[in-house]
Amino acid sequence: MAELNANIPEGDLMEKWTKLKSSMPLVNPANKRSIEVIVVGSGLAGASAAATLAEMGYKVKCFCFQDSPRRAHSIAAQGGINAAKNYQNDGDSTYRLFYDTIKGGDYRAREANVYRLAEVSANIIDQCVAQGVPLAREYGGLLDNRSFGGTQVQRTFYAAGQTGQQLLLGAYSALERQIGMGKVEMFTRHEMMDVVVIDGKARGIIARNLITGELERHFGHAVLLGSGGYGNVFYLSTNAMGSNVTAAWKAHKKGAFFGNPCYTQIHPTCIPVSGDHQSKLTLMSESLRNDGRIWVPKKKGDDRSPIDIPEEERDYYLERRYPAFGNLVPRDVASRAAKERCDAGYGVGKSKLAVYLDFKANTERYGRIEANKHNIHNPDKETCMRLGREVIKEKYGNLFDMYKQITGEDPYELPMRIYPAVHYTMGGLWVDYNLMTTVPGLYAMGEANFSDHGANRLGASALMQGLADGYFVIPLTIGAYLSKEIATKAIPLDHPAFVEAEASVKSIVDKFFAIKGTKSVDHFHKKLGKIMWDKCGMARNAKGLTEAIAEIQQLRKDFWSDVRVPGEANEFNPELEKAGRVADFIELGELMCIDALNRNESCGGHFREEYQTEEGEALRDDENYAYVSAWEYKGDVTFNLHKEELKFENIKVAQRSYK
Amino acid sequence: MASFGNAFSSSIGKKLIMGITGLFLISFLAVHCFINALIFVNDGGLTFNLGAHFMATNWFIRAMEVVLMAGLLAHIIQGLRLVFQNQAARPVKYAVVDGAANSKWYSRSMGLLGTILLIFLIVHLSDFWVVSRFTGIPTVDANDHENLFAVMVARFQTPWVVILYVLAMASLCYHLLHGFASAFQTLGWNHKKYTPLIKAFGVWYSIIISILFAIMPVAIYAGFIK
Amino acid sequence: MSTGNMNLTLKIWRQKSSKTNGKLVDYKLSEISPDMSFLEMFDVLNEELISKGDEPVVFDHDCREGICGACSMYINGRPHGPKEGVTTCQLHMRSFKDGDTIVVEPWRAKAFPVIKDLTVDRTAFDRVIAAGGFISVNTGNAQDANNLPIPKVQADSAFEAAACIGCGACVATCKNASAMLFVSAKISQLAQLPQGQPERYRRVQSMVAQMDAEGFGNCTNTGACEAECPKGISLENIARMNRDFLSSKFVSEESI
Ligand SMILES: Cc1cc2nc3c(=O)[nH]c(=O)nc-3n(C[C@H](O)[C@H](O)[C@H](O)COP(=O)(O)OP(=O)(O)OC[C@H]3O[C@@H](n4cnc5c(N)ncnc54)[C@H](O)[C@@H]3O)c2cc1C
Ligand code: HEM
Ligand code: SF4
Ligand code: FES
Repeated sequence: MAELNANIPEGDLMEKWTKLKSSMPLVNPANKRSIEVIVVGSGLAGASAAATLAEMGYKVKCFCFQDSPRRAHSIAAQGGINAAKNYQNDGDSTYRLFYDTIKGGDYRAREANVYRLAEVSANIIDQCVAQGVPLAREYGGLLDNRSFGGTQVQRTFYAAGQTGQQLLLGAYSALERQIGMGKVEMFTRHEMMDVVVIDGKARGIIARNLITGELERHFGHAVLLGSGGYGNVFYLSTNAMGSNVTAAWKAHKKGAFFGNPCYTQIHPTCIPVSGDHQSKLTLMSESLRNDGRIWVPKKKGDDRSPIDIPEEERDYYLERRYPAFGNLVPRDVASRAAKERCDAGYGVGKSKLAVYLDFKANTERYGRIEANKHNIHNPDKETCMRLGREVIKEKYGNLFDMYKQITGEDPYELPMRIYPAVHYTMGGLWVDYNLMTTVPGLYAMGEANFSDHGANRLGASALMQGLADGYFVIPLTIGAYLSKEIATKAIPLDHPAFVEAEASVKSIVDKFFAIKGTKSVDHFHKKLGKIMWDKCGMARNAKGLTEAIAEIQQLRKDFWSDVRVPGEANEFNPELEKAGRVADFIELGELMCIDALNRNESCGGHFREEYQTEEGEALRDDENYAYVSAWEYKGDVTFNLHKEELKFENIKVAQRSYK
Repeated sequence: MASFGNAFSSSIGKKLIMGITGLFLISFLAVHCFINALIFVNDGGLTFNLGAHFMATNWFIRAMEVVLMAGLLAHIIQGLRLVFQNQAARPVKYAVVDGAANSKWYSRSMGLLGTILLIFLIVHLSDFWVVSRFTGIPTVDANDHENLFAVMVARFQTPWVVILYVLAMASLCYHLLHGFASAFQTLGWNHKKYTPLIKAFGVWYSIIISILFAIMPVAIYAGFIK
Repeated sequence: MSTGNMNLTLKIWRQKSSKTNGKLVDYKLSEISPDMSFLEMFDVLNEELISKGDEPVVFDHDCREGICGACSMYINGRPHGPKEGVTTCQLHMRSFKDGDTIVVEPWRAKAFPVIKDLTVDRTAFDRVIAAGGFISVNTGNAQDANNLPIPKVQADSAFEAAACIGCGACVATCKNASAMLFVSAKISQLAQLPQGQPERYRRVQSMVAQMDAEGFGNCTNTGACEAECPKGISLENIARMNRDFLSSKFVSEESI
């Protein structure tokens, strides 16, 4: 097992990025014009990188599978984006954001990367506001903030419950500006099917035009993947239907190591599953935990309507177990606590797999404040609730509407029923400090890489990371590589490596049609999802994981012998797209279980039942597992583990406590 | 070089022409209606003929008449072009359209309502405008003014003419129920405080003006006005 | 467990590609649960079609929570179906009755050609944005965000305009297939912010020119777009755009 070199710059933590910035090799403007960069993905990471690189003068090609770059999955992010601006004067700082993120990640993230993230976070907000992103403001005209889990300061910037949408539209408009100027060539409804590696360097991709089915070869001096996370390996998740691992997985098979695949985030507040027909799960933003209190009845199987259960018969279990952070504990902690209550028989709703998220107390509190503002003294409860509801509506209106739309219940009247659901994947392609994977010239950014969140991501930090990577990090660090590539001429597309990559993609496509099986792609996807959720989900153990690996291997065989892909290859065929994605998910699922089995400790989102404290908290093993697992693909769905040791020089490693 | 560019040929420019000419026609209608309402003095048309005489001889009104006719023509031509262009913007039609769910029928039928108005205008203009401007009004009244009133009374003895006028005024009413406020929207005159007033005024204007116009032929036909 | 008791007749537009003609095809579906979303009902249909060896119906969708703007079905004569303020993916079967016949067609407009079945090409919207729907600020050029206070009312109004998801329901429902609501939402968002002022009049000119070039129809202020927009984008934005357009043509000295 080889040591991996993360290329972390020398020097003091706080100086690393500054120093690197001023010593980074540059590419002169004339040379930039002849250097081509491929960006796969148009989410926050992809769009911001593509726009910025084009602004700098590179020739950029950008790909996404949606019909418009604006529809990338980042659009769905609700709650907010963190930045160490300290506008609230509550003691925030770059160091504190860094500290919170490392601690939130259960000490499994790389210090240098996280510090850099915290450093550039402030610039992100500046850039977005300059682009016209309408972030929430106070009456004085200055930006507003809210709190998110795992922190005790207010550093989250937001735009109602549509922060991701607004940030993405900002990046999208920057991207469209470059497209309009002819500096970015945009390929929508295109799916990357493989990376082309020539002499050990990433030199292009094979993409399928999803409308005509044509396979296309594209050359690039470097290839950047901003293809998002792989939560859909669980079938049901809060991710968009099209989110997939294919781009990252193909890169993995071409030599890029996969980092920490087992670290998945289960988000505590999602709308519970309502039946077998369910196609995806809907998140209720973490911001709701600012004002919602989570509880279950104290009595097992209490079937009364929640409004009939008196205060003293409610168990506000987060406030009880974690008095310091209360309802704002990090996600992994909140999710496990919900599961613990439901497993113990205290769950609510028809399925008993739900807990209440109740806004009543805070609605009343807000109402009282409002009444005061309106000079109503000693307001009655009705008045308080009425006025308070207005405040709640202004803060979370769209989320409340969404909840009502899906469940048919009015959350202004009844508490929401929520349950944890798969939401985010901390794992991803292993990258060094420059965000380069183990394949030279191949970069990964945003949720597609593993870099900044350790074993658990704090709320509002993914948007921050995606934009940090795309706007501020990659455009600079890529210079280190591209400055050595100025002599490389565009490689002709009939180069054997392109021909071979295209042929291998074609053979996979042909194989799908040749099977002519009996079961739809979704059938296999659902099965995979169930195995993953049951055995590699919120709680894992060695026995379950071993079984899961065997089951997934069997599933893979079944898939390749019994899947039915209707239609043809040379037409718009979403079933074919799904087949390719699910084939990759099945292989990834196996690796996730292998990784989870290898990691004999609990940390963050990875909870091994064998390793817990007496109070049921995650029990890390820093002695043996303070490393990043980076898996190398060895062919035929076998993998080899490499380790990147994590060194904590600026933070004292401790057991995470939110009590 | 700075120029007006596509100020009038762009989609918004075309609308601008509709809006300006529409508002101009609306203001003309107010004047027209006022003069015509003079028949309700019921003095055998003397007051009305006085008004008509003033309109026919005042140089400013005469000048405006040219503008009016040009405006009307512009409104009609542009309106019909828009109808065809807009139809072309959806070459394949829907099998099912539930228009009532989201808009008023008359808002969706401006072309149709306008065409009814156009047919009416042809009849109307040849009845009165052509007569008064070109072929000449045959008689004079007691004040020695051209007796346009007599032409009118004669014309409104024919039932189908009366029916056509009433129908046309119903069309006008609906055309304006949409058109009045719409013109303000087109010109960008939208304001949280004023728009509701404009809308309310538009409704009253459309109804009152159409009813006034419509009862004229009816009243004459019925013999209330002599 | 999920199977419900609704039986439905669907009439769905099937069209193999942009080059072929299409037609409405009838399908029967049974045991649909009222808790299903409209798209989940389509999932059930497609699952049945695949198992019968037929080709599934192709439709655009991604987030399934009303924010990406991908889903786009014209249901019983209305874009996104009978409920106000929701996208197709947020529509649930409880909005229909047992025994209903539901006609589903793609968005129809010259500027949105059908790609296959219920999927249309909406890239015209992207080209309109590329023509000027941005603020020209390169990465790294920004000043501190709080150096530019913006009155809350103004910021909120800009945000409301920015909430557009680019779904195209406004075009689909407009009898003229006009894109004014979409275009005005972007213009209006930027026109209300101080950051948007330097390019304000250029922007409206180039975006309107691109909108026209794409073949959208002309607005006649019927208001159908506002009524059907899942995000409640207001007609005020169109008035604001008209105003800016006229200023740009008759007041501003810059022409493009
Ligand atoms: C419901 C929800 C709410 C969230 N809320 C928050 C929040 O409040 N705050 C926060 O910080 N984070 C939040 N997150 C997480 C955050 O939204 C994501 O982690 C982040 O947006 C990912 O951005 P990205 O650019 O890496 O990828 P994405 O936005 O997922 O973009 C992926 C891009 O890659 C393209 N792509 C993928 N595969 C291929 C392929 N094979 N070929 C071609 N193109 C491909 C896609 O077309 C797309 O353009 C939320 C996530 C969800 C699911
Ligand atoms: C006295 C007669 C008329 C008056 C007062 C009148 C007034 C108006 C007004 C105010 C508008 C709204 C403009 C806007 O929205 O900006 C309008 C629109 C329209 N008018 Fe007329 N009109 C008259 C006659 C006609 C005639 C004869 C036609 C013949 C075709 C016509 C066709 C239209 C059409 C098609 C529109 C809709 C165009 C649009 O809104 O873009 N109108 N009219
Ligand atoms: S304005 Fe409304 S209907 Fe039109 S694209 Fe935007 S969100 Fe959709
Ligand atoms: S699928 Fe995203 S809005 Fe409907």
